[in-house]
Amino acid sequence: MTQLPTHTDKKLGLVIDLDICVGCHACVVACKGWNDQGYGAPLSDQDPYGSNPAGTFLNRVHSYEITQENGPAQVVHFPKSCLHCDDAPCVTVCPTGASYKRSEDGIVLVNEDACIGCGLCAWACPYGAREMDQAAGIMKKCTLCVDRIYNENLPEIDREPACVRTCPTGARAFGDLSDPDSAVSRSVAERGGFDLMPELGTKPINQYLPPRAKGLGQDIDVLAPLLDIQPEPTGIVGWLDKLLGKP
Amino acid sequence: MTQPALDLSPLVSDEIRRTTCYMCACRCGIDVHLKDGKVRYVEGNRDHPVNRGVLCAKGSAGIMQHLAPSRLRAPLRRTGPRGSGEFQEISWDEALTLATSWLKPLRDTAPEKLAFFTGRDQSQSFTGYWAQAYGTPNYAAHGGFCSVNMAAAGIYTMGGAFWEFGQPDWDRTKLFMIFGVAEDHDSNPIKMGLGKLKKRGARVIGVNPVRSGYNAIADDWVAITPGTDGLFILALVHELMKAGKIDLDYLARWTNAPVLIDCDPKSPRHGLLLRDEAGKDLVIDTRTGKPTAFDRKGVRPDLGGKLRARGITHVTVFQRMAERYLSPDYSPEAIAERTGIPAEKTRRIAAELADVAFNRAIEIEREWTDFRGETHKTMTGRPVSFHAMRGISAHSNGFQTARALHMLQILLGAVETPGGFRFKPPYPKPATAHPRPHSNVTPGKPLDGPHLGYPQGPDDLCLTPDGQPARIDKAFTWENPMSAHGLMHMVISNAHAGDPYRIDTLLLYMANMSWNSSMNTGGVIDMLTDTDESGDYLIPRIIYSDAYSSEMVAYADLILPDTTYLERHDCISLLDRPICEADAAADAIRWPVVDPDRPGHPGVRGFQSVLCDLGHRLGLPGFVADDGSPKFKDYADYIVNHQRRPGIGPLMGWRGENADSHGRGAPNPDQLDRYIENGGFAIAHIPEDAQFMKPWNKAYQDWAVGIGLYDAPQPYIFQLYVEPLRRFQLAAEGHGHRQPPEHLRERIKVTLDPLPIWYPALEDGHADPVEFPVHALTQRPMAMYHSWGGQNAWLRQIHGHNPLYVPTDIWKANQFSDGDWAKVTSPHGTITVPVAYMAALNPNTVWTWNAIGKRKGTWALDQDAPEATRGFLLNHLIHELLPARGDGLRWSNSDPVTGQAAWFDLRVKIEKVPAPTQSHPVLPPIASPVGQGGARVIPKATP
Amino acid sequence: MHPAPSVIIFTVLSGLGFGLLTYLGLGAINPTGLAAFGFFTLAYGLAVGGLLASTLHLGNPKKALLAFTQWRTSWLSREAWLSVLALVLMGFYALGAIFFGTHMRLLGALGAALSIATVLSTSMIYAQLKTVPRWNQWPTPLLFLVFALSGGAILAAQPYIAFILLLITGIVLLLHWLNGDGRFAATGSTMETATGLGHIGKVRLLEPPHTGTNYLMKEMVYVVGRKHALRLRLIALSLAVVLPALILLAFPSSHFAIVVAILSHLVGAFAARWLFFAEAEHVVGLYYGKR
Ligand SMILES: Nc1nc2c(c(=O)[nH]1)N[C@H]1C(S)=C(S)[C@@H](COP(=O)(O)OP(=O)(O)OC[C@H]3O[C@@H](n4cnc5c(=O)[nH]c(N)nc54)[C@H](O)[C@@H]3O)O[C@H]1N2
Ligand SMILES: Nc1nc2c(c(=O)[nH]1)N[C@H]1C(S)=C(S)[C@@H](COP(=O)(O)OP(=O)(O)OC[C@H]3O[C@@H](n4cnc5c(=O)[nH]c(N)nc54)[C@H](O)[C@@H]3O)O[C@H]1N2
Ligand code: SF4
Ligand code: SF4
Ligand code: SF4
Ligand code: SF4
Ligand code: SF4
Ligand SMILES: [Mo]
Repeated sequence: MTQLPTHTDKKLGLVIDLDICVGCHACVVACKGWNDQGYGAPLSDQDPYGSNPAGTFLNRVHSYEITQENGPAQVVHFPKSCLHCDDAPCVTVCPTGASYKRSEDGIVLVNEDACIGCGLCAWACPYGAREMDQAAGIMKKCTLCVDRIYNENLPEIDREPACVRTCPTGARAFGDLSDPDSAVSRSVAERGGFDLMPELGTKPINQYLPPRAKGLGQDIDVLAPLLDIQPEPTGIVGWLDKLLGKP
Repeated sequence: MTQPALDLSPLVSDEIRRTTCYMCACRCGIDVHLKDGKVRYVEGNRDHPVNRGVLCAKGSAGIMQHLAPSRLRAPLRRTGPRGSGEFQEISWDEALTLATSWLKPLRDTAPEKLAFFTGRDQSQSFTGYWAQAYGTPNYAAHGGFCSVNMAAAGIYTMGGAFWEFGQPDWDRTKLFMIFGVAEDHDSNPIKMGLGKLKKRGARVIGVNPVRSGYNAIADDWVAITPGTDGLFILALVHELMKAGKIDLDYLARWTNAPVLIDCDPKSPRHGLLLRDEAGKDLVIDTRTGKPTAFDRKGVRPDLGGKLRARGITHVTVFQRMAERYLSPDYSPEAIAERTGIPAEKTRRIAAELADVAFNRAIEIEREWTDFRGETHKTMTGRPVSFHAMRGISAHSNGFQTARALHMLQILLGAVETPGGFRFKPPYPKPATAHPRPHSNVTPGKPLDGPHLGYPQGPDDLCLTPDGQPARIDKAFTWENPMSAHGLMHMVISNAHAGDPYRIDTLLLYMANMSWNSSMNTGGVIDMLTDTDESGDYLIPRIIYSDAYSSEMVAYADLILPDTTYLERHDCISLLDRPICEADAAADAIRWPVVDPDRPGHPGVRGFQSVLCDLGHRLGLPGFVADDGSPKFKDYADYIVNHQRRPGIGPLMGWRGENADSHGRGAPNPDQLDRYIENGGFAIAHIPEDAQFMKPWNKAYQDWAVGIGLYDAPQPYIFQLYVEPLRRFQLAAEGHGHRQPPEHLRERIKVTLDPLPIWYPALEDGHADPVEFPVHALTQRPMAMYHSWGGQNAWLRQIHGHNPLYVPTDIWKANQFSDGDWAKVTSPHGTITVPVAYMAALNPNTVWTWNAIGKRKGTWALDQDAPEATRGFLLNHLIHELLPARGDGLRWSNSDPVTGQAAWFDLRVKIEKVPAPTQSHPVLPPIASPVGQGGARVIPKATP
Repeated sequence: MHPAPSVIIFTVLSGLGFGLLTYLGLGAINPTGLAAFGFFTLAYGLAVGGLLASTLHLGNPKKALLAFTQWRTSWLSREAWLSVLALVLMGFYALGAIFFGTHMRLLGALGAALSIATVLSTSMIYAQLKTVPRWNQWPTPLLFLVFALSGGAILAAQPYIAFILLLITGIVLLLHWLNGDGRFAATGSTMETATGLGHIGKVRLLEPPHTGTNYLMKEMVYVVGRKHALRLRLIALSLAVVLPALILLAFPSSHFAIVVAILSHLVGAFAARWLFFAEAEHVVGLYYGKR
């Protein structure tokens, strides 16, 4: 199975709008909550009330600061989960076939029954999208909520990833990126969506929309003073008369 | 090998129960999924008006809160000294008998010796009702240290404020400015709103010394110096007025800008508004040139009107505004250095505001009739909107700054017009329609009226006949006459000092007063444990209700353990702080989606139910039935059957015989079931023609009366000029029978100005700004709620400790590098903490996340938890009193108008020190009444 | 990368074992009987011991046999096959040598080739990873190979071959280090490409996604101090290469010298392998502001 499919019918993935993400971590925790009780082994926590708490999360939000020559520094909140790469190196390195990319929709998954927990796929992923669950000894990763998006026990409107459903700002969108007419593909085209670390040739499906340019608005010439206001008393009175259209 | 077969449609849960989140006070609707009778997963309720299905990080982590090992399990009676954390579990009967034995004699002799203060609970109309029945004047919630400046400024100025009182018109606004907000209470609605704006390509401008969160995504960022927003706003006002880019028609019709002021300097009414015999504000009608009541049919108030009488020319509020704000003192150049905002930037923002408000105005076709009887074919929208929170309100000039902001909104005609700011029911509601404060005590009897309210002048102050403060927190006194929410941050220090008097019992609910919710944390801990000569505690008895093993638990003598939010009834009521939207009235409930279960222990009870029980035991009117039995079995019973006014109860939904009316109606025994069926909330939509211009819109007023928000229409005009403020000034000038103490006269004259002003933060006059040049702030992390998020196994991985963020120049000057620590000193104290670098920061500001630091031994965390070793509280540096000056007086570190705690006035200096092993101060550990957390608690559900 | 003892032991010992097997299979020495038993026990001990150590690294070793299934794409799977084939073939060869005093040349040669292939496939597990630029360079397989062969040569008591191979090992080691030092920069991966935000300006981490640690940080964001690394490089080079080479040159026929040489080499090899991991930076570190 570790051969990548030659073709996937769809390329399901996420589009993340860095112009909107406020870094609230809602998607992080919704993902944890959903996957803790859904697909595969629960996402364990180590030393949860102790001095060195750590646990498995499939989605995490980093915050970066960008300094520039002209203009103040900017902050960009940056969520990251598996990008479901088309040329997924994590799949081909897997010795057991546990890692695979689905031919029907391109979702990259781990078959937990076959995973030996060798960690090689996590090494092969440039994005830090795979985490070995320390309790189960099994590799965990974003499933693109495969157990939601087709789930007939959920109302149709809820058949989307937990992180997308919960994102308060709507910075996350889910869809088929192989269909140029899908909403996600169109937003990528319009906004110049980009790949992370394109130099590594992984061909991520997930796309990031860049923050829009920031700064002062257009220079609008609407504030011509009514009068050059002189000190009391005539200035204010003159201004008032002019303002109120009094002779 | 082929692809494994997957079960793509696993059953999510056995059952969904819909209730209201309480991981914070935003009150989103949640779908709680149960499997095998256990909570397994929490997601947002898509039908809910607040969150429409989305959920924040805290909300999704609710399951870990519900299962936290820190949950209390039984009533506790203190056995060791205060602060030791040594307790004995007792039965509920023992606990309630004990509490009754303490409280009953007090009520019969000196009810004021009970002080009952609550934190961010959402049942203030109930707890207030209880306290009133008990008869103590000493009741308030936490608003005084939270954001009363915002609330009071809004209500006095325009009959409503931001957050639960109103919201931007997210669907129509084209330019949105957000001042001093990191998260706010309406966490999800603001995020949803920002997302909407951004998708529509509307512009967002963030005004904040720190560029994170909302400010990070803002299209433009104003890196303002803390405490100077008032100046910046008044400079915007200056520019807009100078160019005449203000909405004259709006000002003339809907505000008191055209109202005449008594300009006779000799008159005892100098500076008050002129009125006719019927007590109506007077304006000059442009059609006749004559003085006329402002609300006469057809009147066209003249903004520039003048009235000459007995040699005195009385001018309008508007004229006074022009005189003040056109002054060069408010030019962008004049304010640039103080605010840190280049003049060019201020001017450009003023131009943007003008452009959007006037050149890009919108018009919607909605016919409506105003209170003067005039019908308008359309509604003109000024699509600029604003939001602000503690960044402006938690300063000692916050009331006036918030007033300035409201004035700016009003000048632009952007309140209650499409695209601007919109009220949510029960607002708009002018200050005059609110109660006034009451404090008259009769032993054994209820108080003479509600505790809190909106004073209209010196007569409404809560003073004893000899002029002393009637309340323990000195609310509604000359020190802070308009302290509409009380001053919770002064209770412990006043009670400790016996100033104005000693109390016997302090009853606290849901407030971590020995830790993050107090200023001067170390000092407060000392006050709570301080004893008199005979070894008795200066605050003799403390009863506390918490749900978790917080820092405060250790300082109480009796603990009444509450349930978690998934285990009790709650009511988010129109009498209190409902969940309304600009288009609808709405309220909600919580209900026990699972039963409280603390095996092997006496168990926990909802605090409100406990109050019902205590109310009966104490014989409080309203809590005892005619036959002497308890009037309410529990809080659920109260929610359904209590009536404030005939037909009006805590919940508006499904009232009446037929359970079909929203608003007014007789109690309906099935009401809670109807709520549960409907997803935990009820909603009543406002008709289309009533959705805007609400203060003046007949259709809205009639709708509001129909649903029971008020009993008769109460249209009003916005108070750009707030006359009650002037009344206090007049007293300070020597008029009237109630006179302020000498040392406060000057301050009252300056700070209680009826037109918005700016003055430097009071701390600047006490702490040397040269010695302490750096402003130190806190921000709320979006994924953490005060101290109570820290017990959450998921959230504490995200925020387990908090560095102090330091801007470039200070970073370089101290030669800091990653991993360094600094000593941070204020006039009051010193802490030693880890630092981190941040460039996107005002150059004179440092900041950290709020309330991450924990006391060792609390929250069922290990003693060496990062929260307790690297985490820290800035509160150690903030005092509830300002540094002493020559006058020998310790002034309260609060806004002089409202008493709002001035958390963000803090000034510090900072220096690099060798890394200690843990952050300082290090306080001794507390014994945990619930043990230590141990391993993960959620087992995986059977598939 | 986290220098986990299990993988260090695995790669060093199994490399040595397969190195020795290579000499045995090629007939560089042709022991029989008890001597053969000694040599083969040593070789198998090292190779199998190393392989077993590698399973300690597995989170879920119950399913280890599945690792044989993906030989078409996975170097780890290939290594599994090759090592088993090498061990089985060489097992027959060993049986012949121990019990029958015969050396089946063809079988030996094949076993030797498989042993070398095993070492190479081990190396390819690392060398294939574009995410770890220091490993993703052509000297990596060479490095594993020369270590296996030089160590094997010492064990096979071939002082002169060992001497020459040790010199080559030294050169390859230096090459691997020096080339490796520039590899990360050469890939072009930066915080700017990682985040795609380079068009705005210079990117730095403001806040990590969590204040605690996680699997990724423990496993892939291991930072070793520069000074420390330099010292260890010197130790590795001296003990793995210089010292054994000098000893073997000085006392080519002393058994004791061989023991000292191999011990020194082994310690040096462990140090070099520790550095191989500890110095290797994973591109994911960019997301954590650590490089
Ligand atoms: N430095 C600094 N300090 C600040 C602020 C700041 O900005 N900077 N902000 C101030 C403001 S605005 C506020 S509102 C305060 C907040 O301060 P607090 O109101 O003290 O906030 P919490 O830490 O949430 O503490 C509330 C207590 O309620 C308990 N609790 C939680 N759930 C329940 C429940 O269901 N029932 C009961 N009975 N108890 C429960 C918690 O365990 C906790 O002990 O902090 C103030 N302190
Ligand atoms: N996630 C989460 N949500 C919460 C809470 C929580 O603890 N966690 N607490 C709730 C409570 S009790 C409250 S009161 C609200 C408070 O909600 P906010 O008002 O958003 O609270 P703060 O985090 O105190 O944010 C204050 C902001 O003002 C900025 N600021 C400080 N001084 C100035 C100034 O002089 N001018 C300007 N323009 N900005 C300034 C700070 O940088 C910070 O961004 O949040 C509520 N919501
Ligand atoms: S939930 Fe949405 S806004 Fe919040 S961090 Fe995730 S992507 Fe960003
Ligand atoms: S992001 Fe990483 S784990 Fe996901 S498909 Fe790409 S390489 Fe594999
Ligand atoms: S950890 Fe599991 S999924 Fe990853 S490579 Fe190893 S066997 Fe495959
Ligand atoms: S798609 Fe599902 S699994 Fe992936 S990050 Fe979102 S919530 Fe987590
Ligand atoms: S904002 Fe978050 S924590 Fe607050 S009520 Fe809503 S979901 Fe719950
Ligand atoms: Mo607050």
